[in-house]
Amino acid sequence: MSESADKIRCMACPVLCYIRNGMTGACDRYANHDGALVRVDPHILLKRTLDHEGAVVPFAARGDWHGELVSGDQPFVTAIGAGTTYPDYKPAPFIISAEVDGVDMVTVVTEGIFSYCGVKVKIDTDRHLGGECAVVRADGEPVGHVTTGEYGSQMLSLGGVNHLTHGSKAEGRATCAALLDLCNKKPVELAIDGGATVIVQSGAAPVVNGVREERMRVGCGSASIGMFARQWLGLADEVVVVDDHITGVLSEHQAGKLLGVRETGIRIGGRRSTPGRYFNVAAPGTGWGGTNLSDPLEIVGGFDRGKAWPGLRLFMVSTTGENAAYYELDAALRPVACAMPRALAESAELVKENCEPALCSVLFMGGAGGSLRAGATENPVRLTQSVRDCLTRVTCGGAPVFIWPGGGITFMVDVSLLPDGAFGYVPTPALVAPIEFSMRLDDYRAMGGHMSQMRAIESLGPEHRLLVAAEKRNPWPLLPQGGGA
Amino acid sequence: MTGPVARRVGGRLYLQHGPIDIVAAAIGAEDAVERAYAAGALRFSTILGELCAELPLLRRPICGDARPALSEAGRRMWDAAAVYAAGCFITPMAAVAGAVADEICEVMRAIPGVSRVYVNNGGDAALWLGQGASLDVGIVARVDRPEIVAKARISAGAGVRGVATSGWRGRSFSLGIADAVTVFAGSGAAADAAATVIANAVNLPGHEAISRMPASVLQPDSDLGGIAVTVGVGRLSAADVEHALQRGEDVARKLVRQRHIVAAALFLDGSCRVVPDDAEIQRKQFFSEEKNQKTFVPEAAAGSVPWAGSWDVAKQKRRLFLRGGGRCLRFACASA
Repeated sequence: MSESADKIRCMACPVLCYIRNGMTGACDRYANHDGALVRVDPHILLKRTLDHEGAVVPFAARGDWHGELVSGDQPFVTAIGAGTTYPDYKPAPFIISAEVDGVDMVTVVTEGIFSYCGVKVKIDTDRHLGGECAVVRADGEPVGHVTTGEYGSQMLSLGGVNHLTHGSKAEGRATCAALLDLCNKKPVELAIDGGATVIVQSGAAPVVNGVREERMRVGCGSASIGMFARQWLGLADEVVVVDDHITGVLSEHQAGKLLGVRETGIRIGGRRSTPGRYFNVAAPGTGWGGTNLSDPLEIVGGFDRGKAWPGLRLFMVSTTGENAAYYELDAALRPVACAMPRALAESAELVKENCEPALCSVLFMGGAGGSLRAGATENPVRLTQSVRDCLTRVTCGGAPVFIWPGGGITFMVDVSLLPDGAFGYVPTPALVAPIEFSMRLDDYRAMGGHMSQMRAIESLGPEHRLLVAAEKRNPWPLLPQGGGA
Repeated sequence: MTGPVARRVGGRLYLQHGPIDIVAAAIGAEDAVERAYAAGALRFSTILGELCAELPLLRRPICGDARPALSEAGRRMWDAAAVYAAGCFITPMAAVAGAVADEICEVMRAIPGVSRVYVNNGGDAALWLGQGASLDVGIVARVDRPEIVAKARISAGAGVRGVATSGWRGRSFSLGIADAVTVFAGSGAAADAAATVIANAVNLPGHEAISRMPASVLQPDSDLGGIAVTVGVGRLSAADVEHALQRGEDVARKLVRQRHIVAAALFLDGSCRVVPDDAEIQRKQFFSEEKNQKTFVPEAAAGSVPWAGSWDVAKQKRRLFLRGGGRCLRFACASA
């Protein structure tokens, strides 16, 4: 490969294309990625590595690998780029035998076409994204819905066969495109009916109505009072932690009582649940603590003249510490905004510090159908049984999966654990996802595996293949089961 | 440098070297098919090298010069392109894919006992049909939405030995805006060159919704040099679409009259023109159109040819379909 300015010369075939940055050569197979020649659609093999993480060895570019084994360690053959034999009833594209620690292992490698698939998205935010069951749209088409609210997070359930194939053509296409991008760790803008617009990307902070979410709450408003009451003692006479779920009031809260905090006669809107804990103080929104408030005083309905006093110090903070305000009561017992004492500002920082970075996480969920399983064995149900009996390990692009109890092989995988670009699609529409089944040779034979189709791992040449360092967080797929999946 | 690859994929032959991806099939007696595949693979093993040696000549526009000494494939390219040299800028590269397909098809069909052959070189194909045989061809208008939008049945005796598709969304550059122009002609090379010329003619010069870029900016060694090629087409009015298609249809009609091609189908933004439009010819003989045909034909998946991942290039072509087979999807073959 020779280089000049922004173009490189590809030596992969006699055409010797000059390729500009960001472009592919005449073959659409080799590309110039920031000055490096890379293979666009390789079959991915994982390399066990301890020293460097995620480093990609460009195929055929620097001659790093020519198909020989890497320092005695065998690579793991993923299904990424392996292809599929679907819908033909015939063995999977690769059935690889390898010896691991003296045990003969077999890995059945195929890319599955998943019409029955979707993603579960967890968005770390307290902001109101939309009502439960609200329709989630991509490109204006319904692609899923808002599901149950969870701790510090809003959950979306996207895709599934009803959106992929049972809706209109445009709906299927938009669903497939959104799922594909989410699974390939790309950002996707989702609009929720009657709610927010949110940009979701696996491993990145959510962006709600154009604002990047920073923190995930450490607890509800009431819990925050409990956690930080001691810090506030002596710095303020009253503390209100504003939260859309449960707003906490220090002087009434059990924690305040225990610390001997004097009653302030503060009146808070909404519905009192137990002392110092209020529900529905405001409407859900993208303001303070997941409410629609931009001015927290809107929830303060005044002070009881018999209990409050002029000069009373009121500190209000949101449940993530991102918003804070400080007031003192004037002679008429009206709160007046004042400069916040440093110690209180620091306490808001402390709340914030205890809130972890807000992230989006995306789990792909798919069910391995009968014809996919038939690629592994002549008797598809045997594969299911073998997975149930923990004799066969299922991985997705080398990443561990969670297998749902019950029938079939329906699994979930954290897409952040897969190499980039691991998912594809077909216009059916359906997603194409890698799936590997690893087991002992004896078990494979016993389940009626395609023994004649097995090939030794050593027989795989470098042709079309890319050796990628395995993701450190994943257990090595061929090690005996125990940790991981 | 990687060498040519020849592999059996299911009952078919997959050939790949550099930018060439071929899925070929011979139909006939078992041993004849084996021999045809061996012959095809042998011919294929040297063809890219031969063409690369002639690249400087083949990338030059033809302007009235006599044909230089060329390899067999180079000669096919030159002759197919020379037809248009008087009327427009053209280089023999306009017919490269079809010419390669022709070369492979020729050696395969020469094997006794073979009754049908098709050689699909990424959407530009050569075919040969023995007496009474026919072949169904599916047309994919947009590679980013690989659905079969039309089907054609080609019968022996229709004079069709090549089917090729061109359009700006495809792999090669186009000066026009057609999603796809599929041409049926007497050879792969002739179909390839004609598809290029007709697709170039489906155009709206100066229209603001169309973005263009010099070919050399996109691909430094493109035979088109500084000529502006289409890189994006925005929203077009129905009148614009019909106007652009009409320009292409006029050219296609002329080529049919001059017997350079047998038939052509032009696609743009959901509209379609078929030339010749004589209903009799369309339905009975070689071109049966089924416009609302939506079936994805996995037959074109070429067995275990791997699925491609996604990759964004300047043209925003998202390659989310089959590698090799993906390009072949522009032309899905199924036995009739």
